[in-house]
Amino acid sequence: MKARQLPEVADHSVEQETSPVESFRRTLFKHGLRLERGQTTTLQINVGLLCNQVCKHCHLDAGPTRTELMDKKTLDEVVGFAQRVSFDIIDITGGAPELHPGLFTIIERLAPLTPKLMVRSNLSAMEENDPDRFIDLFRTHKAVVVVSLPSPNPGQLESQRGKGIFEKSINALKRLNAAGYGKEGTGLELDLVSNPPGAFLPPEQAQAEKRFRVLLRNKWNIVFNNLFTFANVPLGRFRQWLETSGNLQNYLERLASSFNPCVVDGLMCRTLLSVAWDGYLYDCDFNLAKGIYMSGRKIHVSEMEAPPEPGTPIAVADHCYTCAAGSGFT
Amino acid sequence: MDTYYKPEDLPKFEEIGKEAPELAKKFFDYYGAVFTEGELTEREKALIGLAVAHTVQCPYCIDAFTQTCLEKGSTPGEMTEAVHVVTAIRGGASLVHGVQMRNLIEKLSM
Repeated sequence: MKARQLPEVADHSVEQETSPVESFRRTLFKHGLRLERGQTTTLQINVGLLCNQVCKHCHLDAGPTRTELMDKKTLDEVVGFAQRVSFDIIDITGGAPELHPGLFTIIERLAPLTPKLMVRSNLSAMEENDPDRFIDLFRTHKAVVVVSLPSPNPGQLESQRGKGIFEKSINALKRLNAAGYGKEGTGLELDLVSNPPGAFLPPEQAQAEKRFRVLLRNKWNIVFNNLFTFANVPLGRFRQWLETSGNLQNYLERLASSFNPCVVDGLMCRTLLSVAWDGYLYDCDFNLAKGIYMSGRKIHVSEMEAPPEPGTPIAVADHCYTCAAGSGFT
Repeated sequence: MDTYYKPEDLPKFEEIGKEAPELAKKFFDYYGAVFTEGELTEREKALIGLAVAHTVQCPYCIDAFTQTCLEKGSTPGEMTEAVHVVTAIRGGASLVHGVQMRNLIEKLSM
């Protein structure tokens, strides 16, 4: 299968002229670095922007009024691509994937095509809509369930995700545990993703995981496999919040001053390919949010016979500082 | 309006090393070592730092340690309790001197 050769990309630091920080591409250059693809092993599929929550940190501006949902034709093309290419991981995200009316079909068609299927969940979308049915679906296909939990503190969680979400999140986690997720020996993996509830960087991942493990077990008897911390990306609703709260400049400066050249090799865009609900390709979900196509060219999944070749340049912009800050975020 | 304290001065802290650079280096090396994880975690040390910042009422420290505490995963509730610890000790430090007062009252009174 012939892989598609892609040209050198333009700098997508469109905020450069008004940005308080140096462009990410220039920072890479100063460190003698280029951000290029390695072997693409993960296909991340954004099934749509419909969501029951309106989280303040959302880079996609997902919410209850969004209508973008992957249709059957696009799903056929995505499945066709996943059949042509063997991905180590297929990662289903949104919006809230549970709100896609075709999620069952999506999972049933994709699960046989990969050794590891991941499904993202905000917990409340599952809890509000026949949760046991979703959990059965996930369990049947041994899907890794990756859920959002910014904090075990109700005030902080709800300041980010909305009133009433904390109780729904805890109930959903208990339900997942009852079905075997997160429990030793079941093979059912439950991972947490924690984004900070504000304009600050997250704590060190291992420390946060230790703390969450103790608090969730002691207070609610909840267990999980792994916790991943992730900084908030200055895009979408989060960027709007940064602007209205007067935090934008300081936050961008904080991200840029935390740039760590040692993490560039391990950035997820080097091994991940993102496909949107309409089938167009991106180097990551954040570039999808910004509308920056894969390597700067609008290419549909139906055109791809193989993943992009190693060495293909990745489109960058200033939000890339987020993933390259501190210890990096994967 | 002019003010003695300006948030934009905090990032200039290291400029104190432009004079007596060896002393500044010793201080900042020591400072960094103090806040590195040891028997206490970085999060616990940041909470102590926040409390001390309120004790000495240093606005630069309050700014820096508020941010650090949040970044180390502390909650607003934990940080507020730390400030109450400060208040309890500062208040208690005054109140306990009342024992000295009472001793003297007893000596001087019939």
